[in-house]
Amino acid sequence: MSYPFEIIPSLRRETLRRLISEGKRPDNRQLLGMRDLSIRVGVVKTADGSAIVNLGNTKVIAGVKFELGKPFEDTPNEGNLIVNLETPPLAAPTFEPGPPDENAIEIARIIDRALRHSNYIPLRDLVIIPGKSVYTMWIDIYVLNHDGNLIDSSMLAAVSAIANAQVPRAIIDGDNVKLDKSTKVQLNVNPQNMPLTVTYYKIDKYLIVDPTLEEEVMSDGRFTVASDGENIVALQKGSGYFTPEEVDLMINNTISIVKDLKIKVLEMVKTPAGSLML
Amino acid sequence: MAKQPPVPLLSNGKRVDGRLPEEHRPVTMQVGVLPNANGSALVAYGNTIVLAAVYGPREPIPRYITAPDKAVIRVRYHMAPFSTDDRKNPAPTRREIEISKVVKEALEAVVFLEQYPKSTIDVFLEVLQADGSTRVTSITAASLALADAGIPLRDLVIGVSVGKVGDTVIVDLNKLEDNYGDGDLPIAIAYRKGWILLMQLDGVWKPSEVKRGLELAFKAAENIYRIMRETLKGKYMMVVQQ
Repeated sequence: MSYPFEIIPSLRRETLRRLISEGKRPDNRQLLGMRDLSIRVGVVKTADGSAIVNLGNTKVIAGVKFELGKPFEDTPNEGNLIVNLETPPLAAPTFEPGPPDENAIEIARIIDRALRHSNYIPLRDLVIIPGKSVYTMWIDIYVLNHDGNLIDSSMLAAVSAIANAQVPRAIIDGDNVKLDKSTKVQLNVNPQNMPLTVTYYKIDKYLIVDPTLEEEVMSDGRFTVASDGENIVALQKGSGYFTPEEVDLMINNTISIVKDLKIKVLEMVKTPAGSLML
Repeated sequence: MAKQPPVPLLSNGKRVDGRLPEEHRPVTMQVGVLPNANGSALVAYGNTIVLAAVYGPREPIPRYITAPDKAVIRVRYHMAPFSTDDRKNPAPTRREIEISKVVKEALEAVVFLEQYPKSTIDVFLEVLQADGSTRVTSITAASLALADAGIPLRDLVIGVSVGKVGDTVIVDLNKLEDNYGDGDLPIAIAYRKGWILLMQLDGVWKPSEVKRGLELAFKAAENIYRIMRETLKGKYMMVVQQ
């Protein structure tokens, strides 16, 4: 993501470019290596599901909330899914207060598409009275510290919070429907369908993943591939340009990265953490 | 997706409007249609019609958006309230904000921004009639309007949408195929450079289907590129004759 006013000295830029051309990075990672990842779920007690993701110094928290809703006309037998992403000013010197900007909206919509098409969330289970009353599942993603790669870290936070989600029981009383927040049942996600994104950044002709903010700001192009480990469930080209060969490479790479990463994520979302700690 | 279309989207290898899977709708273009704008274009992909206007390079308002070393491109993609079946609320939606951003990023890669420091190039896109593939039609219109404005470009940009009905990959979705098809893959191409400038994907695709979609998009772009060149040439021929 490119925010204005983020400046890297040209000497530093040249050094980084040279390093990357030698297949190295300032933090000793490989070009396609990710930073240390930690995920803790169940950290917010007021949420129906939550997760905090640390990817290097990037910190993202996500909360799931269920509300009563009306189904959309074209999907009477599915619950509603709404993904929202906020970039509050506490997360970076370049973030400003206000409603989500184009960058935040774009990330939320990529995550929304990946979740919807992967069939990870059993939206059909979120129906209370078909055509009349359904659950609305809100996924609110908060960036807490921006050090690059917000798309992938937000996606990780979203799928983890969803894995942790518990659905409050619906009480049907004639035409009246209420949610009983005191009795909740675990949401039955389809773990094999869990979608993850891998976002590639181009520096000169080299592709890297999981950039720090510094690498991200000096990059010439951005391309996101979302996959469930088998199929492609979303693509989004950001800045710059890419050749068909590069696209092919990124797609094939993503499938194998997601397969491995998913095993790690599924392990990390198993046990809820005790309390909220950054 | 997963919704039942009112009519089958593919029968006997033909689509609802009688096209073959790889067949693009007729493309028509006109440039210099708005006297007030520095450049403008009207582009139709079948029944989808988009009007593009370019204002600039000009002094940025507000001033703080200025970049000291290059021009800033601003893009506003917007659908007219009467362009859809049900009236569309004219307030910008999240979808329109996202499309404006990806179109902007597609154009940034081809405009020689460094030639116009401290200025803005504003690209306004109004969808006047929507029948699917509006964002890719908008890109073609935007690039034509930029060329019409005389702004130096590395290449013309051509938008082509690719989609899926079952296992069949189709080119240039109409509204029905967009609403009821199994996937949507809008692509923008810098034709001579072979660069991909916009690529999004909706639905579930196998990697091989994405590859095929890209190939079909490049093929479809060839003809649209030719029409763009002829349209631009036509304008200058008229000036010469006058």
